[in-house]
Amino acid sequence: MDLFEYQARDMFEAHGVPVLQGLIADTPEEVEAAAAKIGGVVVVKAQVKAGGRGKAGGVKVAKSPAEAMELSEKIFGLNIKDHIVKRVMVAQGASIAKEFYFSVLLDRSNRTFLSLCSVEGGMEIEQLAEERPEALAKVAVSATKGIDLAEALSIAKQGGFDDETAAKVAPVFVKLYDVFVKEDATLVEVNPLVLTTDGDIIALDGKVSLDDNAEFRHERESMERDQLDPLEAKAKAMDLNYVKLDGEVGIIGNGAGLVMSTLDVVAYAGERHGGVKPANFLDIGGGASAEVMAAGLDVILNDPQVKSVFVNVFGGITACDAVANGIVGALKTLGDSATKPLVVRLDGNNVLEGRYILEQAAHPLVTVVDTMDEAADKAAELANR
Amino acid sequence: MAIFLDENSRIIVQGMTGAEGMKHTRRMLLGGSNIVGGVNPRKAGEVVDVEGKQLPVFGTVAEAMAATGANVSVIFVPPAFAKAAMIEAIDAEIPLAVAITEGIPVHDSAVAWAYNVEKGLKTRLIGPNCPGIISPGKSNAGITPSDICGAGPIGLVSKSGTLTYQMMFELRDIGMSTAIGIGGDPVIGTTHIDALAAFEADPETKAIVLIGEIGGDSEEKAAAYIKAHVTKPVVAYVAGFTAPEGKTMGHAGAIVSGSAGTAQAKKEAFEAAGVKVGKTPSETAALMREVYKNL
Repeated sequence: MDLFEYQARDMFEAHGVPVLQGLIADTPEEVEAAAAKIGGVVVVKAQVKAGGRGKAGGVKVAKSPAEAMELSEKIFGLNIKDHIVKRVMVAQGASIAKEFYFSVLLDRSNRTFLSLCSVEGGMEIEQLAEERPEALAKVAVSATKGIDLAEALSIAKQGGFDDETAAKVAPVFVKLYDVFVKEDATLVEVNPLVLTTDGDIIALDGKVSLDDNAEFRHERESMERDQLDPLEAKAKAMDLNYVKLDGEVGIIGNGAGLVMSTLDVVAYAGERHGGVKPANFLDIGGGASAEVMAAGLDVILNDPQVKSVFVNVFGGITACDAVANGIVGALKTLGDSATKPLVVRLDGNNVLEGRYILEQAAHPLVTVVDTMDEAADKAAELANR
Repeated sequence: MAIFLDENSRIIVQGMTGAEGMKHTRRMLLGGSNIVGGVNPRKAGEVVDVEGKQLPVFGTVAEAMAATGANVSVIFVPPAFAKAAMIEAIDAEIPLAVAITEGIPVHDSAVAWAYNVEKGLKTRLIGPNCPGIISPGKSNAGITPSDICGAGPIGLVSKSGTLTYQMMFELRDIGMSTAIGIGGDPVIGTTHIDALAAFEADPETKAIVLIGEIGGDSEEKAAAYIKAHVTKPVVAYVAGFTAPEGKTMGHAGAIVSGSAGTAQAKKEAFEAAGVKVGKTPSETAALMREVYKNL
């Protein structure tokens, strides 16, 4: 999960990283009140998870609460790379002397953590890496040793900081590493990290990504989340692993790899059938009970774009007869609300029993096909009718 | 022979007495694996009857190894305790630890891996978030069904569990030396390259199927490795061509970030290394069948 800037700011503050005052506002009136509360020069910043906010007109400096309100009227509703601005952060203005860059992230390629650091901040990091690679230090960080003050100083030196400034930023690096570990982040980035004309180090803008697998050890129920597609929200409430896509063939399968593969095979089949595409990713996992199958079918059949459904199961731990019973049970539960054709391919554990159950049930919507490729073709053909 | 796991493997199960652990201990036993005990500190000293076999429960991996001569551990403990379980296995220097658990925080896996490296890599870690490893007819450490295919000359390495099963099924008339599911998490212990190197060195393995998916650069690295070091024929399959950017597709590591980790890039890397890539699992199996005919 990627955080909004204001969430990253609040998280930084909670871990002792120096930040400026920042208040969120959802209306121009709230912007005015926030600006008055902060006082002096403020910056109104669109809260969207997209780069290039400044260029898109989503970041404005205001000298008074009235000006902040006026400027925010143009920011609310802006479309920045397909993200509509609904919330802004009103931040205290800073008098910047210098801009730096610091991040720490998971380096999956090397199975370790990595810190990126440069005395030259402010511009997009991708641009810096391309134009001045020698100015960007890349320092591997051991997951067991982490970043202590000595390591932070070393990173700062490698990033081109002079001794005096390195001594100032290093404690901040240590605190940012604290954020990275204690919050189970996969990325903590500060760009820019600034030196103010008063000589203070401030994290002016932050980007944080959190590990979904670690949610169980954090209290994040009240945190603002991305607005989910209604079908994704419904699937999530039912604990289903579902991703909405733009297509006509609904997909249910077991195992992430097999479902990804099913999407691909359906897309290839679609090339022969009017360009139909997979409508979703849905992995019902190892234990495909009747309830899970019913929940999955319920979500997919409620997708108005879906014209046909492809159920692709390889019985490993789950036996195919259990899956077949699940499909029959689900169709019974759904009754007349199930109206779209289902193509079912079963293989593996107890496949003959599974196919027999579906044949005996002889549901008019269900077609049983022997192989994954043929089933994908049939499902694409039905979706193109 | 086979790789990493064979008829001499003596297996303990960390988390054996839990629901998942017990279910799969039974399945592994019925499939012919030599399970010699379990680990659960709260139930140390107990003996559990599994399919007529009396399995002792030990307090630690080290105790279990000392008492039973175990050389493989399969880890079924829940995500919150998986880091401790992996570190315990590494501390005991068990030669092979297979972490099945799905949903482990990546910081925990990263710490366990760094710890293993610091300890001199005495333990081969497979997973986490994987189906485990099976050398058909010899041993099975994990959740792969034991009866999909028999022993044969093909080595299989895959990021995905069900695609492993699917490919074993497609090639069941030929059979496999070892099929290894390395897992779909961002940080895993055994990589495509580790398996390729072992298959290359294994005289029983004559050809290799590699299954990858979106996310990370394991496939690209594997392609470069194949070009430089692998003389046996390799056929590859990559899942996730239709996956949209920025969406996690089931596996924690299966995500296209920007232009990184796409299926297309992985396919191109394989093809540039002279590896044939199937468009679908069945086409991949057909390519391997061609290779097998000409062996």
